[in-house]
Amino acid sequence: MSEPISALKMAGFDGLARVEDCGLQGMITLRGDLSARAVKSAVTAATGLTGPKQPGPLQIVSGKSGSAAWMSPDEMLLLCPYGETGSVLAAMQEKLAKVHALAVDVSDARVQLQVAGPSAREVMAKLCPLDLSPENFQPGTIRRTRMAQIPAALWMVDEATFRVICFRSVADYAFNLLKTAAHPESGVGYF
Amino acid sequence: MSTRIASHGRLIDRNTTVSFTFNGKSFIGHAGDTLASALMANDQMMIGRSFKYHRPRGLVASGAEEPNALVGLGTGSRFEPNQRATTTELFDGLSARSQNHWPSLEHDIGAINSLFARFLPAGFYYKTFMYPRSFWKSVYEPFIRQSAGLGQVPTERDADTYEHFYAFTDVLVIGGGVAGLQAALTAGRAGAKVLLMEQSAHWGGRAPVDGGTIDGAPVEEFVEQAVSELEAMPNVTLRNRCMGAGIYDHGYALGYERLTDHGPAQPGPRHRLWRIRAKQIVTATGAIERPLAFAGNDVPGVMLASAMRDYVVNYGVTPGQRVIVATNNDDAYRTAITLHEAGVQVLRILDARNSGGGPLMSVARELGIRIDCGRAIGKVKGGKRVTGVSVCAQEGQGGALEDVACDAVAMSGGWSPVVHLWSHCGGKLTWDDAHAMFRPDPQRPPTGADGLGYVTAAGAANGALALDAVLEDATVAASAAARAAGFKSKSVAPPQGAASPEAPLEPVWLMPRQAETPLRMKSWLDYQNDVKVSDVQLAAREGYESVEHTKRYTTLGMATDQGKLSNINGLATLADALQAEIPQVGTTTFRPPYTPISMGAIAGEARGEVFQPIRKTPMHDWHEAHGAEWEPVGHWRRPYAYRRPGESTHDAVMREVKNTREAVGMLDASTLGKILVKGPDAGRFLDMMYTNMMSTLKPGKCRYGLMCSENGFLIDDGVVARIDDDTWLCHTTTGGADRIHAHMEEWLQTEWWDWQVYTANLTEQYAQIAVVGPMARTVLETLGGMDLSKESLGFMEWRDGALGGIPVRVYRISFSGELSYEIAVPASLGQALWDKIADVGAAYRIMPYGTECLHILRAEKGFIMIGDETDGTVIPQDLGLHWAISKKKEDFLGKRAQERSHMTDPDRWKLVGLETTDGSTLPDGAYAVAEGVNPNGQRNVQGRVTSTYHSPTLGRGIAMGLVLHGPDRMGELLEFPGTDGKTYTAKITDPVFYDKDGEKQNV
Repeated sequence: MSEPISALKMAGFDGLARVEDCGLQGMITLRGDLSARAVKSAVTAATGLTGPKQPGPLQIVSGKSGSAAWMSPDEMLLLCPYGETGSVLAAMQEKLAKVHALAVDVSDARVQLQVAGPSAREVMAKLCPLDLSPENFQPGTIRRTRMAQIPAALWMVDEATFRVICFRSVADYAFNLLKTAAHPESGVGYF
Repeated sequence: MSTRIASHGRLIDRNTTVSFTFNGKSFIGHAGDTLASALMANDQMMIGRSFKYHRPRGLVASGAEEPNALVGLGTGSRFEPNQRATTTELFDGLSARSQNHWPSLEHDIGAINSLFARFLPAGFYYKTFMYPRSFWKSVYEPFIRQSAGLGQVPTERDADTYEHFYAFTDVLVIGGGVAGLQAALTAGRAGAKVLLMEQSAHWGGRAPVDGGTIDGAPVEEFVEQAVSELEAMPNVTLRNRCMGAGIYDHGYALGYERLTDHGPAQPGPRHRLWRIRAKQIVTATGAIERPLAFAGNDVPGVMLASAMRDYVVNYGVTPGQRVIVATNNDDAYRTAITLHEAGVQVLRILDARNSGGGPLMSVARELGIRIDCGRAIGKVKGGKRVTGVSVCAQEGQGGALEDVACDAVAMSGGWSPVVHLWSHCGGKLTWDDAHAMFRPDPQRPPTGADGLGYVTAAGAANGALALDAVLEDATVAASAAARAAGFKSKSVAPPQGAASPEAPLEPVWLMPRQAETPLRMKSWLDYQNDVKVSDVQLAAREGYESVEHTKRYTTLGMATDQGKLSNINGLATLADALQAEIPQVGTTTFRPPYTPISMGAIAGEARGEVFQPIRKTPMHDWHEAHGAEWEPVGHWRRPYAYRRPGESTHDAVMREVKNTREAVGMLDASTLGKILVKGPDAGRFLDMMYTNMMSTLKPGKCRYGLMCSENGFLIDDGVVARIDDDTWLCHTTTGGADRIHAHMEEWLQTEWWDWQVYTANLTEQYAQIAVVGPMARTVLETLGGMDLSKESLGFMEWRDGALGGIPVRVYRISFSGELSYEIAVPASLGQALWDKIADVGAAYRIMPYGTECLHILRAEKGFIMIGDETDGTVIPQDLGLHWAISKKKEDFLGKRAQERSHMTDPDRWKLVGLETTDGSTLPDGAYAVAEGVNPNGQRNVQGRVTSTYHSPTLGRGIAMGLVLHGPDRMGELLEFPGTDGKTYTAKITDPVFYDKDGEKQNV
């Protein structure tokens, strides 16, 4: 049996922040009426998050078995271990059987990167037109934005660590961008 | 001569010497010098030649407004033209070259233009190069191009790096003089997040040079305290060497930070472009002194009075030993006093005002300086250097009262607030008659999304020139800005500034007032573009009334300094010539950037490997390692062909086609768009999207479909697979994936928002591998895991399963006419499956093939390609695709448009095959000519080539084209003149050249 491989093959770089490939990540796109009971229970099935704990606009919340991120008024992104994507999806489909919704595996369409270190905010702020100051951006917030010339979604897992998701085909570009922005001599000192 | 003096020099470190070169000659300066001050210290007053007349030019100013002292800075990969010597900080090893002269700065052939100056007035080019018309292309344009342009273009790739930074703040303060510092303190104390930017390396602006006290102490003490208090505030960020370059809509502003220009050996990015979103912006950008327009005001040694003061106080250099000061205001007396204190002989102060000035005049007089009121400079003498002036009466025509020998002239025509940033996004100006200046009109600021102003001018930039007024104004401005950003500032009395009171100035736009023509022809307004008083007056005489038109006709203010010194003098001259009031003539438009910013800063990180995102399939590296020649398709790179050692690209393509037709080939088809469409209304939706019927497709089956825009034109095609009752997977062209997904979402979100349909773009979820050719089934069966027999997986069917242990979805579809399978696999397993197929296929002569082979295979079968056979003006009916257009459906996108008379016109060009009579290959895009010529005298045409290839299968050229009445003219010959001079003759045929009955794919 062949093993799946991530686009960046676990590449890493140390500079103003540590930039690295997070490896394969299970991701499921869920489109539906996010307030519908069946959709909520599908999210619960995937993440362990009960209805009230599920994310509102611009939020990402982690549950026992996975995370849920709000993507748009009718779209959520669910994160789970890569190897469990199939079973999670099956559990969700069961809940969604009677409503109009779309749940689909997008794990292989994306790449996930981590940017970690005290200057991580600055590295990201060189590439994304977002207010990434500590007053405005904290763990729990997710934003879909632009990273230089490509679309990206980003959030923080702790005060000094970002996760970035972008399309698989531009994985090299995304990694090289972050590497450039994290050049050790290019500190800004703004945050 | 200009020289370093023993006193003054607050910004330089006399203990540290710095060596640099100018035009190859070595000089010594001090740490803290600018290139300008160091050149002046070395008696290098002449720094360049003017653009049009090649006149010798020296330093006029001391800052960003400098029009003359532009140099080529650095060498090789760090060379940059048009750098202002006044804002270039000196560093060890700096190398500068003067510009716009040949063969040398001292001896310049182009200076001959100066002798013909009277024949080169405003509009000279427009008037001269009109006739004869034929001369434009061969004579005039080459000549003008030769002499156009200032500075040289770098020839090497830039060695430096650049970056952007996105910053968000409550209050952005632009300018770090006393006004900016006070504004930042006020807003910072109110609790607002503040970003304070200063373009130079020093805080405090020019107040420390101008003197006075703040709260009883020297200005420098206030500056020091303010900076340290601001540095201690966690909510305040200070950036020097960072210019506010532009203000744009809704609080967007650009900051241009020069990180290593003052020490290029330092690591890290050279420039950083700050892309700022501010709730409120305070522009504390100061004011710029105006030159006086008198004859010879451009001779090296004639300088702004304030600049001369700057050079003495800041750098301890003086431009001359015997100086004459000409002024219409009190401020220039400060220069006279400073020079006197520095041991420079001030021969005269020529005060154009009959009544002279206020207390500063008394101070000067007490120092023993001679002051002549009502006097003016009639003419400056000297070529490469001031040698003297003729003094005349300001009210006269220039008749000399006396000649005075001197080596420098300080001039002051009053001050103009720097209103550029205020004006960039629509802030309006008001004319302040008392100070003869335009200043921001607080009633008409640039407005944001809420309709309220978001820019406030502060201090001298707001017309508050006196020190006490500056501090008061900055406090009020910053309080208002902080309040507008949501912060209440405690009302604290501003620090008390104290400086000598000044008598009112008297506007002087020409010196002397009645100057005769020869003098006006030597009175410069715009130094950089060589525009004189006489040019503007000529423009007015020739009927130019609008200041914007006059600007373009005379080129006044159009140089790289954007008229910082010339603007107000120029429009006052125009107003005078038109006998209009200055505010009625108005100003030209101020546009960002304030001073030119580097191209590198604009590009930011986007160079080299991150110049542009390159989209790569999961098998990209394999292709690269196997000789792929790349073809860009959108942002994707697809292999065009895989060249083997010793092969030409053409050979490789021919080999790939033959091998695929005879044995088996494999193609990376991962880039094809894959859009999942699901929901109870998905069938109905796809029936609208495609011209043919998709709702009737059975699960497990595939159908080829066409998509049109609402105007009827063909925009995309591809195979649609029905996955289950309410799910379809739509394949799009490579370039169409994002566009078609957006097209679907647009219709769903704006028109059919009540239909129950969701879409998801799964293009990158799957790698897709096409296995094509007579041995395709054998290869896959050898790999094992699925029954792919004709009975079990028929043509245009799909199945899920596993091949070689890898989960796959196999589509039996063909874009080549061969037995063909397209295998979708999760992208992370794409390379693994590719390797297995290549391994197993080796025994059956499998070879990878590229896009050119794909094109030939499809063209041999007469399959159309979006972008070749279509160009946005072609409808499916033109391409003989009637079979794919449903007659049963009530509606689909494009249906109504295709019924319009022009679309049903029988004269529309239609798709046919084209076969050259001699087997050669038709040139791509060639036109078939018809009899006669059109009204433009061009040959009539009756068709064009849309795709053309050499077919190795058939051993001759094949082509498709759109031809007038083509399908009714089978067998007719057409003539296609090529750009190579040959004319190609081709026969009209059916577009299907190979295996018309489809026997090869139905096995």
